[in-house]
Amino acid sequence: MEKSVVFNNRLLPYLLLVPQLIITFVFFYWPASQAVRQSFLREDAFGLNSEFVGLENYQSLFADPGYYKSMLTTLVFSSLVAALSLSIALLFATQADKNLKAAGAYKTLMIWPYAVAPAVAGVLWIFMFHPTLGTLARPLRWMNFDWNPLLNGTHAMILVVMAAVWKQISYNFLFFLAGLQSIPKSVLEAGAIDGAGPMRRFWTITFPLLSPTTFFLLVVNVVYVFFDTFGIIDAVTGGGPAGATTTMVYKVFADGRLGGDLGGSAAQSVVLMVIVIALTAVQFKYVERKVQY
Amino acid sequence: MAFRQFGVAASMTVALALATPAYAVTEIQWWHAMTGGNNDIVNKLAEEFNASQSDYKVVPTFKGSYPDTMNAGIAAFRAGTAPHIIQVFEVGTATMMSATGAIKPVYQLMKDAGEPFDPKAYLPAITGYYSTAKGDMLSFPFNSSSMVMWINKDELKKAGVAEIPKTWPDVFDAAKKLKAAGHNTCGFSNAWATWAHIEQFSAWHNVPIGSKANGLDGFDTVLSFNSPLHVKHLQNLIDLQKDKTYDYSGRENKSEARFASGECAIFLTSSGYYATAKSTAKFDFTSAPMPYYPDAAGAPQNSIIGGASLWVMGGKKSDEYKGVAKFFTFLSDTNRQAKLHQESGYLPITKAAYEKSIKDGFYEKNPTLQTPLKELTNKEPTENSRGLRFGNMVQMRDVWAEQIEAALAGQKTAQQALDEAVAKGNAMLRTFEKTAK
Repeated sequence: MEKSVVFNNRLLPYLLLVPQLIITFVFFYWPASQAVRQSFLREDAFGLNSEFVGLENYQSLFADPGYYKSMLTTLVFSSLVAALSLSIALLFATQADKNLKAAGAYKTLMIWPYAVAPAVAGVLWIFMFHPTLGTLARPLRWMNFDWNPLLNGTHAMILVVMAAVWKQISYNFLFFLAGLQSIPKSVLEAGAIDGAGPMRRFWTITFPLLSPTTFFLLVVNVVYVFFDTFGIIDAVTGGGPAGATTTMVYKVFADGRLGGDLGGSAAQSVVLMVIVIALTAVQFKYVERKVQY
Repeated sequence: MAFRQFGVAASMTVALALATPAYAVTEIQWWHAMTGGNNDIVNKLAEEFNASQSDYKVVPTFKGSYPDTMNAGIAAFRAGTAPHIIQVFEVGTATMMSATGAIKPVYQLMKDAGEPFDPKAYLPAITGYYSTAKGDMLSFPFNSSSMVMWINKDELKKAGVAEIPKTWPDVFDAAKKLKAAGHNTCGFSNAWATWAHIEQFSAWHNVPIGSKANGLDGFDTVLSFNSPLHVKHLQNLIDLQKDKTYDYSGRENKSEARFASGECAIFLTSSGYYATAKSTAKFDFTSAPMPYYPDAAGAPQNSIIGGASLWVMGGKKSDEYKGVAKFFTFLSDTNRQAKLHQESGYLPITKAAYEKSIKDGFYEKNPTLQTPLKELTNKEPTENSRGLRFGNMVQMRDVWAEQIEAALAGQKTAQQALDEAVAKGNAMLRTFEKTAK
């Protein structure tokens, strides 16, 4: 007797796919295609005049030295945020994975910052590090350290990186912790019996076994820094001083929303989209090879 | 016949409906960006207006910050659900007025509705900002302020500064004395970087920010605030920033607390800072007119306003427009304006309300509130001091501020920074000109 169920209906698989496809289309492809369309138009904020201008928006974009500067800023910002938030979260997760007394409370507290909206996170950091209002900036001033993110681009960058990292650590922590807990204890114990110290066990056993999680988080974090951080930047520095913290996504936001230049802003988001797609493709093609599932 | 009976019934219903207009209250949506005490004022005004008559009901809705409110209005217009009245900050003026069809000019609204409306009754320094070159009022000024210099009298006395500085050289001297007296981190400072050092500075010294009366007379305006006077001023700030005799406080007004905390004893910011200063500063303070360079011919001229105005959106029913017009007449009432001004610290928008406040002796008790009015009415406005109207102004301020920041951080000379601010600003103006046809 045939036990496995066979659906002979040819339509059924497609029907089952339809809801997923509709969602993907409505929320991903349709807006993306709108951005592409908008990038070829020049339009006023109210949408009263609309004119097809071909590649003019792209031409003026690539003729603007400020755009290349924002690319460089994005590179610095995203590598710092991704590297720091991943490594700090991994450190916290390995510590939380040990047998602690208040492990539950510790883990819960670690996850809280993720619930904070980016703009609110930004405001929190302003209050801590504002040159005059900041509770943490004041000690710096007492030590005669001229902390001034309002004029010093490096200081401003440090500030937004800290805020963005702080915001992302919880998310990474959660996944790392889950990843660590799924590593069989027997493997680690076997290593210990063979005389491997904690550091050696971590780098030769835990870290390689954690690599699927690390890879997933790397992809997610890169997307996060590219797209989700403009709220923090807007609240903390407004892209300043002198454009030192204007990343590409912040520029999209500033030109489109503050400047009302929808065409130019759309052209930028198309470029940004292409970059992120390329980055993700590269990650899957080259970095994933090192992952041990 | 059933059909005929229906016809009779229908016509009777229509007649009834026409005979009882009291039931048909027309709602007027008002989107605004006022927070805290100012939010209460908005709600109170709407309540008072609604209680004063029974045909119209003004419904105020808070929509977030100034840019948020403006963007909400634009998005709503694109979706066909725009409110009747929307509060837009002064730098959004060019964007709003270029949107022919999306807005209903106030002078047109008042004429169509048959409401008594005399544009001459309003203070020209305020309405000029929101009027066409011909003097037709496009939007209704709501909350207006200007820039003044806030002074910590106690600290000035301690530092041995006998008189409140009047000119920029006086300010620099006073700041040096303040620094010597222990104000290590801030001799003087200001909020709203570009408003202070480009926009107000230019008007106050009667030099143009751009051609075509700072853009009021046309979108084909070209920026020119890289003049020798502007360069000299920025160079002075750069030199003083090195040892913090001047200390930059950012593009917005987040750093106003530096004044109230006593850190900066001289601080330029909006006259609207009054209410906050009153509740947070624990020392004797006052406001003084903005400083000027005595060697600049004609300075001081007059200051320009900031704040927001009410725009009426297009495409609404004539009945609704009538209600909006009645609401504006209600707002212009002398007693109401005088009260609003004295309670909130906003500038009065009609001449009569200003005169009433003088007659009431209000300024003898509150001289700080008269400083911005004295500045605005100091001289008859010129081409350079009527106001300004540049497209993309919200973002342009950021572009200008970037250059000022680069100069103050020592990355550029004053000339380089202002040249680049002008060049970048002009490029943005040309983009705007193309879309605003």
